[in-house]
Amino acid sequence: MEPVAYIPRIRDNYARLGYPEYKWARNGDAPPWTPLPGPLSRCRLGLAASGGIYVAGQVAFHHKDDISLREIPADAATETLRATHFAYDLSDARTDPNVVFPIDTLRRLVREGFLGSVADRFYSFMGGIYSARRVVEDLAPRLAERFRQDGVDAVLLVPV
Amino acid sequence: MCHQSVGLVARHVEAAGIPTLCMTSALDITKSVNPPRAAFLDYPLGHTTGKPNEPELQRRILSEALSAFVSLETPGSVRKLPFRWSEDEGWKEKAFAQGDERTPRVATPQYQCEEDRRLAEGGGSPSCAVCVPPE
Repeated sequence: MEPVAYIPRIRDNYARLGYPEYKWARNGDAPPWTPLPGPLSRCRLGLAASGGIYVAGQVAFHHKDDISLREIPADAATETLRATHFAYDLSDARTDPNVVFPIDTLRRLVREGFLGSVADRFYSFMGGIYSARRVVEDLAPRLAERFRQDGVDAVLLVPV
Repeated sequence: MCHQSVGLVARHVEAAGIPTLCMTSALDITKSVNPPRAAFLDYPLGHTTGKPNEPELQRRILSEALSAFVSLETPGSVRKLPFRWSEDEGWKEKAFAQGDERTPRVATPQYQCEEDRRLAEGGGSPSCAVCVPPE
């Protein structure tokens, strides 16, 4: 069976609700390209995910145009991770955050030698951001700067 | 929008000289944004890196996906991962087809539980040295 076509379904939903049609980012040009500097077993990997994960003790995301970041220590205890988001069913993420924030999976891949290492900190945000301009001008440069400071060789990005 | 935001971040980070890989479960949105590399997992939204409490499956999904860092050589290509959510795929009929199921867009923090609110409003957990205040 074909993948779900989300763009037409979201368009129909918006029309039903009386919202104006959403203009999706369309990039027809070739995307930028940087080759991996070496094998995965020697790379240091960074992670950013948009599932609204925070650590107990941090301020949670709010659900109105929130483009703030949370730092998640790479050694955070999995049971202290929480999930909040306005646009997806959170039940499985609250049962096991690895479904949208693969922290145990990455730590395991490092232990097994599949990955060289991971950054000391990961990043989380709440990705239901309507303004592509705010992502490009604000969120993306902040994340790129963090990854540069963290000295990662590659970055895994996980939406929901 | 999550898939769009992540794709836009990927293009920016890649242009800054760090290779990226986007997971995706919304192939048409990802193809529209066109990030440098993507790995497609044909699962319902909210499970971009696996099913809950199935660490072996999560490991296989992520190792297959990360291998795309090596196997993909053309900018904008997508690796389709060999996993299915269920045999019948009935979830696809329902996905995002039943109107607006989102929660109201409020401007106050939405904690998973009241204990989290108390911890955060009390200045954060003593063991948490890296809390980032909202901007």
